[in-house]
Amino acid sequence: MSAPNKSYDPVEVEALKPEVVEQARDEAVAAFAAASTLDELKQAKVAHTGDRSALSLANREIGALPPHAKAAAGKLIGQARGAVNQALAKRQAELEAERDARVLVEEAVDVTLPYDRAPRGARHPLTTLAERIEDTFVAMGYQVAEGPEAEAEWLNFDALNLGPDHPARSMQDTFFVQAPDGSADSGVVLRTQTSPVQARTLLDREPPVYVVCPGRVYRTDELDATHTPVFRQVEGLAVDEGITFADLKGTIEVLVEKLIGTGLELRWRPSYFPFTEPSAEIDLQCFVCRGESVGNPDRPCRTCSSEGWIELGGCGVVNPRVLVACGVDPNRYSGFAFGLGLERILMNRHNVADMRDMVEGDVRFTLPFGMEI
Amino acid sequence: MRVPLSWLREYVDLPAGETGRDVAERLVRAGLEVETVEQLGGDLKGPLVVGEVLSIEELTGFKKPIRHCFVNVGDANGTGEPQEIVCGARNFAVGDKVVVVLPGAVLPGPFPIAARQTYGQTSAGMICSARELGMGDTVPDSFGGNGIIVLPPEYEPGTDAVELLQLVDEVLDIAVTPDRGYCLSMRGVAREAAAAYGLPLADPALLDVPPANSFGYLVKVSDPAGCDRFVARTVVGVDPNAKSPIWLQRRLQKAGIRPISLTVDITNYVMLEVGQPLHAYDKQRVDGPITVRRATEGETLTTLDGVQRKLAAEDLLICDNSGPIGLAGVMGGASTEILDPAAGPGTTEVIIEAAHFDPVAIARSAKRHKLPSEASKRFERGVDPEAARAAAQRAVDLLVLIAGGTAEAGVTDIAAPHPVRTITIAADLPDRVAGTAYGRETVTRRLQEIGCSVAGADVLEVTPPTWRPDLTDPYDLAEEVIRLEGYDNVPARMPNVPPGKGLTEAQRTHRRIGVALAGAGYVEVNNYPFLGDTAFEALGLETDDRRRRTVKLVNPLNDEEPALRTTLLPGLLGALRRNVGRGNTDLAIFETGTVFLPKDELTVAPRPAVDRRPSAEELAALDAALPDQPRRVAVTLAGERLPSGWWGKGAQASWADAVEAARTVARAAGIELTVRQGQLAPWHPGRCAELVVAGTDRVVGHAGELHPRVVKALGLPARSAAMEIDIDLLTADGAEKVNGPAVSGFPVATQDVALIVDDAVPAADVEAALRSGAGELLEAIRLFDVFTGEQVGAGKKSLAYALRFRAADRTLTADEATAAREAAVAEAVSRTGAVLRGA
Repeated sequence: MSAPNKSYDPVEVEALKPEVVEQARDEAVAAFAAASTLDELKQAKVAHTGDRSALSLANREIGALPPHAKAAAGKLIGQARGAVNQALAKRQAELEAERDARVLVEEAVDVTLPYDRAPRGARHPLTTLAERIEDTFVAMGYQVAEGPEAEAEWLNFDALNLGPDHPARSMQDTFFVQAPDGSADSGVVLRTQTSPVQARTLLDREPPVYVVCPGRVYRTDELDATHTPVFRQVEGLAVDEGITFADLKGTIEVLVEKLIGTGLELRWRPSYFPFTEPSAEIDLQCFVCRGESVGNPDRPCRTCSSEGWIELGGCGVVNPRVLVACGVDPNRYSGFAFGLGLERILMNRHNVADMRDMVEGDVRFTLPFGMEI
Repeated sequence: MRVPLSWLREYVDLPAGETGRDVAERLVRAGLEVETVEQLGGDLKGPLVVGEVLSIEELTGFKKPIRHCFVNVGDANGTGEPQEIVCGARNFAVGDKVVVVLPGAVLPGPFPIAARQTYGQTSAGMICSARELGMGDTVPDSFGGNGIIVLPPEYEPGTDAVELLQLVDEVLDIAVTPDRGYCLSMRGVAREAAAAYGLPLADPALLDVPPANSFGYLVKVSDPAGCDRFVARTVVGVDPNAKSPIWLQRRLQKAGIRPISLTVDITNYVMLEVGQPLHAYDKQRVDGPITVRRATEGETLTTLDGVQRKLAAEDLLICDNSGPIGLAGVMGGASTEILDPAAGPGTTEVIIEAAHFDPVAIARSAKRHKLPSEASKRFERGVDPEAARAAAQRAVDLLVLIAGGTAEAGVTDIAAPHPVRTITIAADLPDRVAGTAYGRETVTRRLQEIGCSVAGADVLEVTPPTWRPDLTDPYDLAEEVIRLEGYDNVPARMPNVPPGKGLTEAQRTHRRIGVALAGAGYVEVNNYPFLGDTAFEALGLETDDRRRRTVKLVNPLNDEEPALRTTLLPGLLGALRRNVGRGNTDLAIFETGTVFLPKDELTVAPRPAVDRRPSAEELAALDAALPDQPRRVAVTLAGERLPSGWWGKGAQASWADAVEAARTVARAAGIELTVRQGQLAPWHPGRCAELVVAGTDRVVGHAGELHPRVVKALGLPARSAAMEIDIDLLTADGAEKVNGPAVSGFPVATQDVALIVDDAVPAADVEAALRSGAGELLEAIRLFDVFTGEQVGAGKKSLAYALRFRAADRTLTADEATAAREAAVAEAVSRTGAVLRGA
């Protein structure tokens, strides 16, 4: 770089003439605008802002100017370079945005491609239905109680007011467990109902007792579309001071509302169970036809077989004899009990036509039910 | 109990427009389970009349014989001229009375009838068979069987046959519960209908009966506990050829009882009407006086059905001088049976037995001899002992009226004294049971309606009627009141439940296990717990395998599967195969449920008394007799565990998935598992993991690939894998409380290490050694490669681990991390003989 030269006339320096500077600036701006890719822009950048570019060269001349001329020349060059850099940045941003947009377009995929890479599982609807019923009662303050499936005859029958010669005992076709000597006198059966859990609970805890007992039960029926020898019940039991049939009705009404829905009529039919008195069968108005299929052959209803009612289960006020056999004072306490068949509720609630589907374990049946019902 | 509505109306004057369905609805609400209401002759439309066959011309030249007849139908056809009808049946002759349907009528089906040309003749109507008239699928011979009906000669041509044959009716089929034995009769159902409608009952058992006298048939009851009532009547001069009239046959038929012969039909009819089972003996075949006694062991009796039965000492018998002539209350004997005149001289003298037997004795005999009869069904459930006299009288009356017999004057009536049963009931008990206020007057009125006599005010003394042996305590009476007042009228309210404790830990764990497995892609199945030895053979269990020791059923559904499962695998693998058979190739399924493991010492469960709480010893003995029933969970998988797809290759289900399922279960239970090399059928001996609760020696299950022989025997996809774990054992100690870890914000230092060990060295041991050697600075360790090949030498494997180190309080230096790694390696070297690869 040359030293300051006091006799130097800036007007005489060609590169610092305003028209030359402006031309260099305009050429640079034009070159940037003309660049259509980031690569071209990079070349233009080197050409117009690099060390060998006209403005850079002109800038160098400033150092040699006399002091009084430096300011004006510096300003001239500075403004030109500012304009050039601004144009460059603007074009840079434009081209980058274009490139980004293009890349995103190029990276587009078919998002409708199926992706079932993680295998799907599901819980059996009878399991989740039982849980739903349990949860309804747990929310009311009940406990969930359980008992063994191979059960003492005494608990399955005798304690429930079904003596050895009781006609109801032959109503329930019972699987008997072999005694050590091979006979049927083991005193052990596959429980025919979840009711023995009632007895177990009463033997186990002091009233007040509020429990629901879900579980598998067994009867010697052949498997067909509406029967299975192994099926599920949910039993409910409340024993407290002053429990009445009215409490039973209120409780079942709440259950039905939570489980199936509102606005359906319930029919309370007197019936007979040795362990309750009075006893009732609960019928629910068919929620498909709402009774309109009755006596109307043109509109048959598959859900209720055109009877207008669906049998939900049996219930009643606990027979005081059951309380006595379990050591509960019937003069102080009373109770109600109910038992619901889960298969039938599932059939009705979810339009399952054939009970065999619940038994055979075909994954196509269970998968749609997911994790909860 | 099948109840024809027309018959019911005989005892209760039901409103004329009331349909069977209406009556059924009322009875249902009163507690009778009306299963169906059958419409008989619903679409039948006349004219259907009696005809007299005037002439028969046999037409020939057709595929089957055809008759061209002229039939006198009186004025029913409007002309009085004989009706020309072509008929294919042959069981009638000129002069017979038949049933003729005329053009314009509609037979059940519906089949409209019109005059038509057939077999070259005009046929203006049809001569009908019972089936064509909708009289049921099994038609007794008295109604022509499969042929056409030939009526008794007394009916005039042109008489309306719809009425005559009582073709239009409704039948209520009622499933009678065991406490309502009295509803196994028209009398009982009518009583309920009368109460439901608030109408009077015409009780068919209210008859004039002559008092007992000393010259009736000689009867000796030597077991008054088994037989507390025995009424015998005799009728002589019975016309053996007399037939049951149409009305009687039709009522029996509609009630579901097959007409047999007049005398037998009458006993059945009276049983249906009054509920008292009767038995008729051929008096001339009974040898001397009748005795009621228990059998002596080894005695035999040939019953009416022709079966010779070996009697047990408990069986209650009707005997004469020759020995047993009937199994009391169950079935009569063949030797004194009423004789059919078609097979020789028919019966002309009859003894009618109307007795009352002990329900338990009858129930046991019927069960012992597998003879559930109409009679035993009623005795078991309780028959009105006071109806015996009326029932016998009714049968005598009908024999006289229809069979032309003469009632003998002797009346036998042996009655053991019956204590009057009185029940004391607080008048407000029904209120307290129902939770509503009926008031004393309603309670008294309702009890009287069902036949009780009631005395008293705040405390009532109630004597139930003799036909209600089921009413024994105050609660029975309360139920009657509540039922008759209507369950629908009981208010609904909610009990005041004390605060609950929610689900137990175990219950929550069971749910989490199901959710975790389903979340991991397993589908839940439920299998029956029944199995047999073949299942154990297929699993390749040794003969002394503990799982072969099973609880067995006396009466299995299937003799091939008499035992209860001791493992979930047979059922689960069956479900796997079923799914594969239905074209599902990639499967992962699970089941939770109990298995049944016999106790070491087998005992018999006691049957404590029920009038008190059992003693602690009795309760312990009850539980001691039950098999252990732990809860298990099992999975099985086959095919692709992770499917292949456009993204690339998937992964086949393998032993490792089965082990991972066990870990999934354990994690859900909050328990850590360690895995050891195991060996147990049905798993592949080299690919079986033994699952142990970490920090203990408690084996809780196994997982791995199934043995190829098992896969073959069960027809499963190659390399199917399975896991079974005992949830109760797994969770026996409960989960440990988790303390929140202090999460360090300092940087991580990662170091890799590859170790060469013998093939036989379990990776779990190497990892355990590394962990223990690395010390506290080790945050995580991950095996990222397993390599075998020439570079590492035969019988060796290289295990490559990534170790992550981090300190809680500072940034680790490279030297610190390296020192920790070296300590880890040193521990692995010393414990497992590992050699640092590349060292």
